[in-house]
Amino acid sequence: MQITVKVNGTAHSADVEPRLLLVHLLRERLRLTGTHIGCDTTSCGACTVLLDGVPIKSCTYLAVQADGHDVQTVEGLLENGQPSPIQAAFKEEHGLQCGFCTPGMMLAAKALLAENPDPSEEEVRWALSGNLCRCTGYVNIVRAVRAAAAATRDAERAPVGQEVSA
Amino acid sequence: MLPPPFDYLAPRTLDEALDHLAEHGDEAKVLAGGQSLIPVLKLRFGAPQWLVDINRIGGLGEIAEDADHLRIGALVRHRDAERSRLLREGYPTMAAAAPQVSDPLVRNLGTVCGSLAHADPAGDWGAVMLALDAELVARSRAGSRVIAAGDFFDGPFTTALRPDELLVEVRVPRRPGAGGAYLKLERKVGDFATAAVAVRVSMTDGRIGDAGIGLTAVGPSNLKATEAEAALAGAEPSDEAFREAAELAARAASPSADTRGSADYKRNVVRVFTERGLRQSVAMAAAAGGPGG
Repeated sequence: MQITVKVNGTAHSADVEPRLLLVHLLRERLRLTGTHIGCDTTSCGACTVLLDGVPIKSCTYLAVQADGHDVQTVEGLLENGQPSPIQAAFKEEHGLQCGFCTPGMMLAAKALLAENPDPSEEEVRWALSGNLCRCTGYVNIVRAVRAAAAATRDAERAPVGQEVSA
Repeated sequence: MLPPPFDYLAPRTLDEALDHLAEHGDEAKVLAGGQSLIPVLKLRFGAPQWLVDINRIGGLGEIAEDADHLRIGALVRHRDAERSRLLREGYPTMAAAAPQVSDPLVRNLGTVCGSLAHADPAGDWGAVMLALDAELVARSRAGSRVIAAGDFFDGPFTTALRPDELLVEVRVPRRPGAGGAYLKLERKVGDFATAAVAVRVSMTDGRIGDAGIGLTAVGPSNLKATEAEAALAGAEPSDEAFREAAELAARAASPSADTRGSADYKRNVVRVFTERGLRQSVAMAAAAGGPGG
């Protein structure tokens, strides 16, 4: 079946079997291997991507369902070639150890911050509750998301004349 | 894990979808949110030849209120229920349950109607709809029929839906001033319930006018605690009445021991949650202060 999916801003056409999962399309066809397969049973959130801006588990979504839709993966987080505030904050706050859950964590965080620019610790924990981490214990992840929120708010308050991304 | 091979149909209209179901019968499954169906396929619990994806059909994603009912369309996601002002303001049992379904990522795709049609005995919405005496609207090429929630669940993953029918809508009776609760015990976020209890209460002149109680994960399907409901009708809202109803609800449960707990433990959770849910619901209905009903 012929499908066209916009991934990180670029339209990709592919001929796929209906049973192909979105995560397979991303990893095996498009070689976007930042989207990880963890549990493969809709539990861990390592495969989280944004579908039209909404975080979903790409191991539990068919590639054919994504036809005509917009997908963002961790590879699309860079802003003008630079780490986005979320990526920078995960680095600064040590929000990762092995890094396996990190792409999913950052995308779930991005969706949260798009709706709520100043989430409480409780709200961050709630929003990330579909994403499992097995090494940092979440404390630094939550801290990173709140730091990214603060950095984004600061950037938006930047003085006139300084370039600000929309 | 890839699902087994299937043919994929993506109708643009409800009529087209119903034609596919009429043609393929029980060789076809409806794909809505896919958060149960796709795992079922991947784990080889099912291998339908056809998937009928209803996501491209317009008009199925609405939560709307008419004179008598709240109507929830086939493509209303758990996320939509969780964020609905209508639910928050007028349907406290549903409002309490919505954010407790699975985890946020699953709620972004999974649907209320899909969860009901899947009929997992540990599903949350089934208990809620039993407590609320909801009606499920099944559509086929032959027309529509309305199935009471109490007649919908036949057993594990088995419902009154025929293979050619699509669950297009669930209708929840309007009950202004009603109180409600959904209490769920889970080992961790996203896990199925160890046990859960859905409660609703309407007050009339300071007495319990009408109550509904639905149970999750303590039987071969979601269960309606009808004896507890009957005992509450017209009762004085007292500790004794709550305890008696909780005892009857616990007796209605027929849990199995598994990794989440022993049968006795789960039955006791039902007892405690029913009592607690009633207390919360009565307080909520009393605070609403309307004439009840």
